[in-house]
Amino acid sequence: MINFDYVRATSAADAVSRIAAFPGAKFIAGGTNLVDLMKEDVERPPRLIDISRLPLNRVEDIQGGGLRIGALIANADLAGAPPVAQRYPLLGDALRAGASGQLRNMASVGGNLMQRTRCCYFYDLATPCNKRRPGDGCSARDGLNRAHAILGASVACVATHPSDMCVALAALDAIVHVRGPTEGRALALTDFHRLPGDTPDRDTNLEPDELITAVELPPKGFAEHYSYLKIRDRLSYAFALVSVAAALDLDGDRIREARIALGGVAHKPWRDARVEDAMRGEPANAATFGAAAQALLRDARALAHNAFKIDLAARTVVRALTQAARGTPQSQTDKRIG
Amino acid sequence: MTQLQTTEVPAAKNPSLAPPDKLAVTLIVNGVEQTLRLAPWTTLLDALRDHLNLTGTKKGCDHGQCGACTVLVEGRRINSCLTFAVMQDGARITTIEGLARNGVLHPLQQAFTDHDAFQCGYCTPGQICSAAGLLAEGKPLTRDEIREAMSGNICRCGAYPNIVAAIEQAMGRT
Ligand SMILES: Cc1cc2nc3c(=O)[nH]c(=O)nc-3n(C[C@H](O)[C@H](O)[C@H](O)COP(=O)(O)OP(=O)(O)OC[C@H]3O[C@@H](n4cnc5c(N)ncnc54)[C@H](O)[C@@H]3O)c2cc1C
Ligand code: SF4
Ligand code: FES
Ligand code: FES
Repeated sequence: MINFDYVRATSAADAVSRIAAFPGAKFIAGGTNLVDLMKEDVERPPRLIDISRLPLNRVEDIQGGGLRIGALIANADLAGAPPVAQRYPLLGDALRAGASGQLRNMASVGGNLMQRTRCCYFYDLATPCNKRRPGDGCSARDGLNRAHAILGASVACVATHPSDMCVALAALDAIVHVRGPTEGRALALTDFHRLPGDTPDRDTNLEPDELITAVELPPKGFAEHYSYLKIRDRLSYAFALVSVAAALDLDGDRIREARIALGGVAHKPWRDARVEDAMRGEPANAATFGAAAQALLRDARALAHNAFKIDLAARTVVRALTQAARGTPQSQTDKRIG
Repeated sequence: MTQLQTTEVPAAKNPSLAPPDKLAVTLIVNGVEQTLRLAPWTTLLDALRDHLNLTGTKKGCDHGQCGACTVLVEGRRINSCLTFAVMQDGARITTIEGLARNGVLHPLQQAFTDHDAFQCGYCTPGQICSAAGLLAEGKPLTRDEIREAMSGNICRCGAYPNIVAAIEQAMGRT
């Protein structure tokens, strides 16, 4: 770890003006990703601005039905918050599917959005990585790429975004509120993370001097028909190989609206509006779900070691939609897949 | 303790090459208020072990992947290897050394002994602190739920069945 100094922000405005004044400085919230990456020398901020005590930790109803989630609420507290349990259980389940009880007590919503890839070469300073040092090359493309992307990857980078929470937020059409030195703005969650293209060093469209202040959920929570299904090498405390956040609005057995977001398959939570639109008015049955899964993965490309993820993703989509339609979401404690 | 490494950092990119001043950090550890002067990169785990000589809390992976370093901060279980001590200034910390009361083991400590819930014992302080945090979360838990909720604590010796049984005993189940 490099030498750095430490300041504590006194307000959101103070945090933003401090980061604007010190290039290379970083915010720290729960620390669960940044401290890890600093120990590996992957992140080397000369200054940390501690935002963990800012009063951005409330969950508030929005007039007209939505929910506003402060960026600093702990993942565990958000998962247990009554409006999430009652109206947005998909989000609560995705949060519980991630990390461990200890980590969820530390991890913040903003930090979860900003967490970096778990590509092993990104962590390994001895190997080239375009995300760490643009232009050095990508070690994963012809290396150990079993967990890497099957959708939206580029020659420069085949990494995936590791978050579970963000997959549910993508399905729920969440909006990310940020604040910069002069003004605030709002980004759709689906526009928050980027595809790697030829600038894989940029994970998100957040500017370095912007602070995430809140995440907003629109009123529609799909609390009747949803499922978060995460497939991984061991049943707990492991990142997703593939995960699916599925949500349905049903009229009898016809689909009024479908939402499908995939995790573990791309540089960002993956949604495809064309596939979801084509499901409107169709019966909620195996044929419809199978066709949607095939369409979602039509452009999938395998690397040397991850071809299995294409079939796995398709089957996970079908299973999660089936669970959602039945109203029997995947349990996050009993790991048998029903 | 982590050594100061400045050699690889180009001076132009790091305006603060001189070691920053140590910071005064007050921690209330197992009920005793302690003020330390720490470099900002001292993790809570290193502060406990190297500066307060509380070596019950273990360093397994130092990366959040094993749970050996679990302590309670304001009653909540966290991984002490992934937080800087300075971030916890003013906080109440409970470690394995703080669980027994007046020479009487904490019910979880007693249960771990009763059920032989360890072999080498290296993961045990983290397991017990994690379980204490879990009990404080206050939810009634099935066996499956205990296993899932304790999945942030790895036991290389594989004492898991006895760990779950010990936690069930401490929950008043057996
Ligand atoms: C062993 C292990 C297993 C894990 N397993 C999972 C898993 O299965 N699923 C999963 O989803 N996650 C998992 N995680 C990742 C975990 O969810 C993230 O590390 C956590 O969400 C990051 O939040 P934080 O508050 O600790 O962020 P920090 O580490 O404090 O910060 C991370 C980054 O976000 C930036 N940042 C933080 N807050 C803001 C803000 N408000 N505005 C702008 N920038 C900000 C920081 O500058 C930093 O760059 C795991 C982590 C570990 C260590
Ligand atoms: S996949 Fe991306 S993060 Fe991994 S080595 Fe290649 S460039 Fe780096
Ligand atoms: S030492 Fe902290 S989790 Fe392993
Ligand atoms: S008792 Fe040896 S690691 Fe758990």
